[in-house]
Amino acid sequence: MLKVENINVYYGAIHALKGISVEVKEGEIVTLIGANGAGKSTILRTISGLLRTKTGNILFEGNSVATMAPEEIVKKGISQVPEGRRIFANMTVEENLELGAYIRSDKPGIRKDIDKVFERFPRLGERRKQIAGTLSGGEQQMLAIGRGLMSQPRLLLLDEPSMGLAPLLVKEIFSIIKEINASGTTILLVEQNANMALSIAHQAYVLETGRITLSGSAKELMESEEVRKAYLGG
Amino acid sequence: MEASSLTQQFFQQLINGISLGSIYALIALGYTMVYGIIRLINFAHGDIYMLGAYAGYFATTFFKMSFFPALIFSMVVASTVGMLIERLAYRPLRGAPKIAILITAIGVSLLLEYGGMILVTPQPRTFPELFSTATYNFMGLVVNSQQIVILVVSLALMFILTYVVNHTKVGKAMRAVSFDTDAARLMGINVDRIISFTFAIGSSLAAAAGILVGIYYNSIDPLMGIMPGLKAFVAAVLGGIGVIPGAMVGGVLLGVIEALVSGFLSSTFRDAAAFIILIVILLFRPAGLFGKNIREKV
Ligand SMILES: Nc1ncnc2c1ncn2[C@@H]1O[C@H](COP(=O)(O)OP(=O)(O)O)[C@@H](O)[C@H]1O
Ligand SMILES: [Mg+2]
Repeated sequence: MLKVENINVYYGAIHALKGISVEVKEGEIVTLIGANGAGKSTILRTISGLLRTKTGNILFEGNSVATMAPEEIVKKGISQVPEGRRIFANMTVEENLELGAYIRSDKPGIRKDIDKVFERFPRLGERRKQIAGTLSGGEQQMLAIGRGLMSQPRLLLLDEPSMGLAPLLVKEIFSIIKEINASGTTILLVEQNANMALSIAHQAYVLETGRITLSGSAKELMESEEVRKAYLGG
Repeated sequence: MEASSLTQQFFQQLINGISLGSIYALIALGYTMVYGIIRLINFAHGDIYMLGAYAGYFATTFFKMSFFPALIFSMVVASTVGMLIERLAYRPLRGAPKIAILITAIGVSLLLEYGGMILVTPQPRTFPELFSTATYNFMGLVVNSQQIVILVVSLALMFILTYVVNHTKVGKAMRAVSFDTDAARLMGINVDRIISFTFAIGSSLAAAAGILVGIYYNSIDPLMGIMPGLKAFVAAVLGGIGVIPGAMVGGVLLGVIEALVSGFLSSTFRDAAAFIILIVILLFRPAGLFGKNIREKV
């Protein structure tokens, strides 16, 4: 479904991604794990068109999206829930969801999908007219995920959805991710919480300072000595 | 007797101030919306107001339009020019240091002022009388028909703007881009298009202000945008730059203060009042009356 082929991405003189290739098959959860600063967010930002690669290509369902504008990429069916949630804190919960559906114009369909988000996250439903900035961290993450789903993506990019959440909420978020995947959305999940990520993923990549150092099935990586030592605490 | 005539003068100046202030408010909205979305003080904005006044002048003299068609015509002309300026002068500099864009804005402003002089001559022109001047007296206060037109038109425009920004899709997109541009991109919002739209709206409001001033003072000239442009900028800062209701309140407030100063002190202090307010605001409340501590965009 998604093929990232040998991309090199720079921030000015900083060479952030050094020949990265990643593949995501339809229906899977693929996770990218790695320490802070490894380049995980940079990969997602490049896939979404916020950054450009100097080399290689990014293919989505066979077509190159490497030079497309971010809004075109959303229309193709790739949606991103960015790191730190980035909800529109000065707008209501409902307005955030409406903005998630910006590329759509089927009003009744959008209505229905907003209700679906409220079914999935009842706490958001209770707060639909509330200003999003007043939500708790967990609620904000749920809103960010709900907003990301409103464009009806076939591929959902999630950047550290468990960041800064209490353990119980982390569990809840991961089980929601599994549910979203089970209902037919392919997922590329970036995480520092390697344990949890590997436990729900099918395939996994390990990223270190802009390079992929390991890849394989999540099961293999979970058992690998190197991964256990570096990311799973022994 | 003395006290009651003072009260009367106070209310008379209040009326004058509110009508002048709603003009400032219309111009201030353009400053504040553009600032909100690309963090640029668009110094050419006062000149768009001048351009709107001239478009209205030609619409009513050459094309013999009446007030409403002329208002629409001038708003359309100004929004087109506003979008062109953004497209040709500011967009190529997106991502350039702020100072480069600021200097460009000053350049565009000078181009419009002195280019305007070449096109329409520096001579002031008499704006045609579109309404028969009637004055209404009640309780000793005098209101003329121009003031009523100014008030009604600017209130209607501000009402429409508020509705668009709060309740339409494009308005929500404007707020989203203004709050977090990259997050807005991830929603599939075409940011360039929203910026264009913002310039169009801001410019059309300035054009409306231009026509209204033409009607009020009867006289327009190519440099007429400089002073009201600066004043409206002060109004936008007073209300909290980037905050739409702030620009409305700031504009009206500034108009009222100016009217009171010229009524009770001396009209020579009128212009100074605006700049004293600017200094005081910048010293004690830089975020303005309605400004939150907006986080600076990275
Ligand atoms: N806007 C930026 N400007 C310059 N360097 C950046 C920027 N964003 C990230 N980097 C650098 O790129 C590298 C990868 O960052 P990032 O993709 O955010 O890592 P991760 O998401 O894995 O924590 C880091 O070394 C970081 O310092
Ligand atoms: Mg990151």
